[in-house]
Amino acid sequence: MVDTPRETWITGVGIVSSLGEGPDAHWQALEAGKVHIETTAHAPYIVHPLAPTNFDLQIPKKGDQRQMEPWQRIGTYAAGLALDGAGAKGNAELLGRMDMIVAAGGGERDLAADSAILTGLRKVAAQEPFLNERLMNDLRPTLFLAQLSNLLAGNISIVHGVTGSSRTFMGEEGAGVDAVRIGFARIQSGQSEIALVGGAQNSERKEMLLLYEFARHNLTGEFRSVWGRGEHPGFALGSMGAFLVLESSDHARARGAKPLAKLAAVANARSNRKPGEVTATLGALWDKIAPTGAGAIISGATGVEPATAEERAFLASHPELAVRATGTHIGHGVEPQFAMNVALAAIAVQHGRLFATHDATGFEHAAEGALTKAVVTGVGHWRGEGLALVEKID
Amino acid sequence: MSAMRDKAGRPVVVITGSGLVTSLGAGKTDNWRRLTAGESGIHAITRFATEGLKTRIAGTVDFVTDEPVSAPKMAESLAEIAIEEAIAQARIGSRGRFPGPLFLAVAPNEIEWLQREELARASGANEGISYDDLLRAAASGRFRPYHERFAFGSVGEALAVTFGTEGSPISLSTACASGASAIQLGLEAIRRGETDAALCVATDGSINAESLVRFSLLSALSTQNDPPEGAAKPFSKNRDGFVMAEGAGAMVLESYEAATARGAKILGVVAGCGELADSFHRTRSSPDGKPIIGCLRNAIADAGLTADDIDYINAHGTGTPENDKMECLAVSAVLGERAKDVPISSNKSMVGHTLSAAGAVEAVVTLMTLEHQRIPPTINYNVPDPTIVLDVVPNTARDARMRYAISNSFGFGGQNVSLVLAREPA
Repeated sequence: MVDTPRETWITGVGIVSSLGEGPDAHWQALEAGKVHIETTAHAPYIVHPLAPTNFDLQIPKKGDQRQMEPWQRIGTYAAGLALDGAGAKGNAELLGRMDMIVAAGGGERDLAADSAILTGLRKVAAQEPFLNERLMNDLRPTLFLAQLSNLLAGNISIVHGVTGSSRTFMGEEGAGVDAVRIGFARIQSGQSEIALVGGAQNSERKEMLLLYEFARHNLTGEFRSVWGRGEHPGFALGSMGAFLVLESSDHARARGAKPLAKLAAVANARSNRKPGEVTATLGALWDKIAPTGAGAIISGATGVEPATAEERAFLASHPELAVRATGTHIGHGVEPQFAMNVALAAIAVQHGRLFATHDATGFEHAAEGALTKAVVTGVGHWRGEGLALVEKID
Repeated sequence: MSAMRDKAGRPVVVITGSGLVTSLGAGKTDNWRRLTAGESGIHAITRFATEGLKTRIAGTVDFVTDEPVSAPKMAESLAEIAIEEAIAQARIGSRGRFPGPLFLAVAPNEIEWLQREELARASGANEGISYDDLLRAAASGRFRPYHERFAFGSVGEALAVTFGTEGSPISLSTACASGASAIQLGLEAIRRGETDAALCVATDGSINAESLVRFSLLSALSTQNDPPEGAAKPFSKNRDGFVMAEGAGAMVLESYEAATARGAKILGVVAGCGELADSFHRTRSSPDGKPIIGCLRNAIADAGLTADDIDYINAHGTGTPENDKMECLAVSAVLGERAKDVPISSNKSMVGHTLSAAGAVEAVVTLMTLEHQRIPPTINYNVPDPTIVLDVVPNTARDARMRYAISNSFGFGGQNVSLVLAREPA
């Protein structure tokens, strides 16, 4: 154990979304204000579909790909990109002691099988025996493994060889913040030297839209930036995978790894979401991460109300900082959103400046001067509030 | 006075409260009496019709009835029973205010057939019912509570509110190792000095037709339906799979220093934890057993012990041909010549495989095993497997002198976690 927290670097990022893959593609697309949405396949709901991706590049065995549903393929692919970026790919000794925390949903279903069963159930008297028979005949054994939340981590172990530890957190946006926070805390405290943290989501799934449609969270109608949804709140789910390689600075130096940025702080909390609690909680977390000298805020605002308005009220108390809500461009990834935004913050401080804004509401203003520190927000659509501080390494 | 810090300079982490619910009953007293009597909680399923299913038995907890039943509601109810017992024993915090974070092992959450059918009916569609129909029904806003109920964070959020835990509740899944991972996360948080106390809980109430069919299709379940109590046969030659079960286990962990300062009774020590993932296959262990062997060795080393210090092993012992073979191989490699002499028993022979809850359920039983200096047996051990040369404590409980015990948990996805529990601080 160590008495003073150890410095933690981000030495690899693996990101893939509707904007493409990798730091450069995301930087250019965000600078250009690109938005890639799909409005017909899941109408009336708007989603941000994954950009065309050649999964063979990170998951070479077709047999492995067949064992996965899309969310696992996206995550395993992004994890591979992060390991490549960190110079860790194929280094069995390093991967064998690398820790892993994945934030995951899961439960990808066979919609055709479900639909057939539901239709059949309306026509039989003995419903339970019918359901048993159909499930025994219609469920694919491999689908179960593709549904299990911890099998994204399992696939990363199998495909990339990360085996030091394997933990999967569940619980929407909060799980994504906790994955980064626990990975970071273990390195800071000397419990770990290097960790792969992140998650993945496939947004092009009607069963996932269904979970959110119970609360009418899915965005419909005209597409607007997350700050401009006012009377028509909601999120447009975004397919994405985002992984970070976090590493103690000593460990990174010793193996000659080049950092993108320093992860200086991560803090989160839960509130009961009474009016004003999100704003107050963010204020308390802000004091905890002490972002003196920060020049920008990469916001994970979802577009769901009242969380978005409360976050906006908090951000408005720091008018000197330029805000960028990435959800406008990549959609809402739920579990991987926080890791994605930490990655985008790292890329921005590495560039030494913030990407342009294309927000028609005017809430996001132009950034001035060099960027050395950026705050990342992660306010869950229902629960969980988190912040991180990312800094440039001199 | 024992040292407040371990050999590595980390805070010693003790257990000051524990709680348990299984198909054998609610609470540690009933469970311990029945476990040491070699009783089984496995029975024919009555919760739903089992016509057409190959496996028609399970360790459902039928004395908890939540209507309409859903896996997250059941998981929440079971966890509440275990947590209340653990907190009452620890006498920590105040009603609705636990002074530390929650680490919860829970099954992945999902909308179930009951809700799908409800939506299908509400949609008015009769032919070719599709997810578009279900979405249209959901958009009516009439089913709003299902959003919170079937969110992945649902059970953790509910428990965080009920028991007033601090900070972000962590819900986790490492498949059948989940319960051990919850204890591991609490142990690590206290060692980091982030908190003086942690509430580590694991719960599973997910026995329904679909979850049973899923495991059945992987040929993981025993199909010996008659008699139900004889189906779970860990380490036996005629073992033919595990038996699904429900339950919950909870532990209050504290730094030894904080527990001592408030005068709490020390029930035991979480001396160490080891982990090592397997990259061989999604459901099978690496044939050389290296990941499990490494996991056990990591746990023993983390506790600052050697293999010679281990007096008892609470096995993962599912009763599948594969698990028991690999666990035997790993234990034999780690304990060497002592392997045949160190007792190892499987609680799953009696309570079945409580899945996400198993790691914590069995850690609580391991703690009681140390406390009572008595080992619950592996029941249904009638046909020895000549390739498994271990002392599996066959059929009858036994007294033993034990200072250190290991609780093993292994799961799909290459998840391996071993805990080392000690009777008292070194």
